[in-house]
Amino acid sequence: MTVEIKTAHIEPLRLTFDHIEARIGKGRAATRYQEAVHDLQMTTNFHYRPTWEPGMDLFDRRRTAVVLADFDQLIDPRQYYYAPYTIQRARQQELSDANFGLVEKRGLLGALAPEWAQKIRHLIVPLRHLEWGANTNNAFLSAYGYGAPFTSAALMQAMDRLGMAQYITRLALALDGQNAEVLDRGKQLWLADPVWQPLRHLVEDSMVVKDWFELHVVQNLLLDGQLAPFAWTHFDAALTAHGGVGFTLVTQFMRDWYAESTRWVDATVQVAVSESPANQALINGWLGQWLPRVRAAVAPLLAVAFAEHASAIAQQIADELAGRLARLGLVGEV
Amino acid sequence: MAHRKLTLKEKYQLMTRGLDWETTYQPMDKVFPYDQYEGIKIKNWDKWEDPFRLTMDAYWKYQAEKERKLYAILDSFSQNNGQLNLSDARYLTALKIWMQGITPAEYNSHRGFCMVGRQFRGAGARVACQMQALDELRHAQTQMHAFSQYNKHFGGFHQAMHMRDRAWYLSIPKSYFEDAMTAGPFEFVTAISFSFEYVLTNLLFMPFVSGAAYNGDMATTTFGFSAQSDESRHMTLGLEVVKFILEQHEDNVPIMQRYIDKWFWRGYRLLALVGTMMDYMLPKKVMSWAEAWGIYWEENGMALFHDLERYGIKPPKYHEIATLEKNHITHQAWTVFYTACPATAFHAWLPQPYELDWLSEKYGETFERYYRPRFAQFAELERAGERFYTNRLPLVCQTCQVPVFFTEVNNPMRQSVRQLDWQGMKFNFCSDGCKDIFAHEPEKFCQAYIPPQQIYQGNAGGARNLQEYAAWLKCEFGKDSGEYYTSEDYARWKQWHGGKDTTPSSAAA
Repeated sequence: MTVEIKTAHIEPLRLTFDHIEARIGKGRAATRYQEAVHDLQMTTNFHYRPTWEPGMDLFDRRRTAVVLADFDQLIDPRQYYYAPYTIQRARQQELSDANFGLVEKRGLLGALAPEWAQKIRHLIVPLRHLEWGANTNNAFLSAYGYGAPFTSAALMQAMDRLGMAQYITRLALALDGQNAEVLDRGKQLWLADPVWQPLRHLVEDSMVVKDWFELHVVQNLLLDGQLAPFAWTHFDAALTAHGGVGFTLVTQFMRDWYAESTRWVDATVQVAVSESPANQALINGWLGQWLPRVRAAVAPLLAVAFAEHASAIAQQIADELAGRLARLGLVGEV
Repeated sequence: MAHRKLTLKEKYQLMTRGLDWETTYQPMDKVFPYDQYEGIKIKNWDKWEDPFRLTMDAYWKYQAEKERKLYAILDSFSQNNGQLNLSDARYLTALKIWMQGITPAEYNSHRGFCMVGRQFRGAGARVACQMQALDELRHAQTQMHAFSQYNKHFGGFHQAMHMRDRAWYLSIPKSYFEDAMTAGPFEFVTAISFSFEYVLTNLLFMPFVSGAAYNGDMATTTFGFSAQSDESRHMTLGLEVVKFILEQHEDNVPIMQRYIDKWFWRGYRLLALVGTMMDYMLPKKVMSWAEAWGIYWEENGMALFHDLERYGIKPPKYHEIATLEKNHITHQAWTVFYTACPATAFHAWLPQPYELDWLSEKYGETFERYYRPRFAQFAELERAGERFYTNRLPLVCQTCQVPVFFTEVNNPMRQSVRQLDWQGMKFNFCSDGCKDIFAHEPEKFCQAYIPPQQIYQGNAGGARNLQEYAAWLKCEFGKDSGEYYTSEDYARWKQWHGGKDTTPSSAAA
């Protein structure tokens, strides 16, 4: 049974804007995502050259060596514009809040074996700074990237990273009874501990990369592709046998986020790779330059975390990433 | 063992500060290459006080709640053909200008805040700018969605993204935002956060939203209310930015004074569009431009600058001129829109009898003496079947890009034109304010893309006159442009209302 409600029907003159019609064809209805992102960025008749970069236009395709006929092809498979993005994150936030509440109420982080609680302080707490670096890098993508579909998603990625830095902060404070010294010690490790220095070196080098697509590959594909599986999957799994249920609960956001943002990262890289052999070669070149460094920078963390199992887990993470790169049309083995 | 409970402020501090670090493998000046060259000196970024202590999870939560409500109303608006509830279809001219001029500006504001959200080396300032960047993206996107329904049923919206980069009257907001974005990060935040969002917001954003509320535009009103709490956050940030910079070093004061002078005048010139909307495009009137200027600038604006005196900041240069002009600029601008509307994507019309009376009431002697006779003359031509359109390309101010039609403050019968020679070229300006801005940065302002000059140079698809230029803009006469009372918008509106003319007979909502 269906109930039919009669309403006045007014024949529309058109179904969407000209610039959307040019993309999807005449007489077709547009999605809200399409109307929210396509052609929003100005492309022509710029008035002034940037005083901070006089050799370029305000928005300029030349800020990356990747060549695309249409940068608006870099769409987000999640179809995030502001509303679905915030609504999705708000849902996750609600779940995280409930999890933190439960963990704090039951003292679940107190159930951790001391040796493993110490590993969290050593290997997870300093990731606050890594997330901040990822925020900085994605802010760069949102500022100097080309085309609203890509840059708007990059800003969301930047804000996600700030959010995760804050979740790690909250985790650290919950672990140490709200004593903020745990954060200071974490920062000292980040700044001076030999285990962290190759990674900090790499992050600082990434912060001066000028080609935004290269930075996207380095930060969101390679670095995250090594670190997120380490911290939120393998380290979490290793904790299970040592009272890690609290950790699992308060890091749920990170696992969900990683699975989801990977779809965006892969889709955008795939568009660039499949556009031309030149793009493919370019991105493979970046892989050759950065991937060995990323692996070397993450290796000391794995060694501390997993001791004799470290190389097996490193291999597993490397294989996963290699498989992913191969699916994107890139050279997985470098 | 539980440590003492952290206060909310301490908790927030830990959530945002201390995440950043002094880089050592790369020099800080290479990581943050753009926050020194303006000469602004920041001794201690930690003195930055976050005006709104929002962690990301709180941000997601509040904003998602607002988005759920907003989209429920937008859905119901389109389901119920909410466009039928407008006071009058003339109101749409205000919305069309919004979509063509302001929505792209919201997007540019978003990107500008992305840029400063990367450029500043202070972590607190950067987070505040990133959040505003996300808010501005919200505004651009929700506006596209609010206008989407109108686009389905009226002309003038469909080609807005094409017009935005090409139309003469849209180069006013375009050049304004591009000027800010191509400046250094401190100038950008002074221009947008302080001058635009803080000093002028009640003259910019609010008149549009109030106008929507008075004229039965539920989509825009709902969006406006939903954005209001974002806007008040942005205003707070604007004031914080300026105080922070001024407190950091005394050498910053003269630089900031120049930014404030420049961006007051540029903002004020941009406001001519908004004032004209208030006085002429809204069938139901909220308040007159002169009244708004009196309340929001002469009273509130001056009070603010009184507070800023202790930092050594003076009220912006030429603000007295702006006040002296308040009884004139909107009538002059509407005259230009009335005569040049074939080369726009909106309709124009002569004020109706009730509006002429309202304008007389609000502007008294000035309107009666200088402008009412002008409209009477146009009305006579209309009656004779010779509705007047101009076919001349206007002379445009090199700085603000408004056509040179404003008059001298001491003589409303004489056009105000200023000239300046620079590197063997002659540049024209509408005012001393705009000439000063150019004189300080000639290398920048000589680059401006001036639409009439581009047309003469053959860069508007080879157009040789206004008709060909309009075609290049994708504005079809009668469908998108020209006189309202002979337009398809008007015909359709009448048809929806049983063939009756529904032009209101009073200004009251």
